[in-house]
Amino acid sequence: MANTYTAIATVTATTSVANIEFTSIPATYTDLLLLYSIRSAGSYDNVSIRFNSNTSSYSTRRLLGNGSSASSDTTSGVSGSPGTAALCGAIPGTSQTANTFGNQLVYIPNYAGSNNKSVSCDSVDENNASGANAEMTASLWSNSAAITSILLLGYHGNNFAQYSTATLYGIKNS
Amino acid sequence: MLNTQQQPYTESRTPNERKTMPHKLIVDCSTGVTTEVELTAEEVAQREADAVAFAEIKAAEEAAAQAKADAKASAQAKLAALGLTADEIAALN
Repeated sequence: MANTYTAIATVTATTSVANIEFTSIPATYTDLLLLYSIRSAGSYDNVSIRFNSNTSSYSTRRLLGNGSSASSDTTSGVSGSPGTAALCGAIPGTSQTANTFGNQLVYIPNYAGSNNKSVSCDSVDENNASGANAEMTASLWSNSAAITSILLLGYHGNNFAQYSTATLYGIKNS
Repeated sequence: MLNTQQQPYTESRTPNERKTMPHKLIVDCSTGVTTEVELTAEEVAQREADAVAFAEIKAAEEAAAQAKADAKASAQAKLAALGLTADEIAALN
């Protein structure tokens, strides 16, 4: 990985948890990159993210391919995220391939600036060799505050499974 | 100095308590220390509101899909009543 990437913090759940939250994020980088591998403790779920514990002013557009069809929608057509969080991709759960995790990459440019915050997310997950989801989402948090905390949540209200892991990177000179 | 090493965290509650209380992992990026805490009442309320909102959206999506399927079946039945064959109706899709 390029030397402009600095691993700020990483965490692995040793048991099922409702949320993972990064707090006291330093403002010393230009961008943030969040990588995680998460499985739902429910039948399935989507990961959503919130900034600074704020529950308003999020919008998301999504492109989805599942191996047999492609679609796109907005937050109002997505499973969840009616403006209270930025929607990321789907993650597998108990109804899908055992012991697999959804992998997602979230990029947040200019997170410490005073403009609204844009967020992009790439994600993949797999279901018993019968299907797989590849998703790209673009979200906007219409808030000028610098991002100091990021909360990961299962939008369907399910916990994250044990061994779910997340790492937050800071990027300079990007 | 930021700590990029994953830190162990401790849990004082019993397994039975953990099963009933939602909790979260908090990673303090200034220290690298991870703590496991129960959700606050406000957080639990927000989580429940999220689940309700999701259920409402899902129900609306399912209702819309069913209405669309019903309208399609009705239209196909009307076309068949006019004398169109199944192949002709399928060609309109």
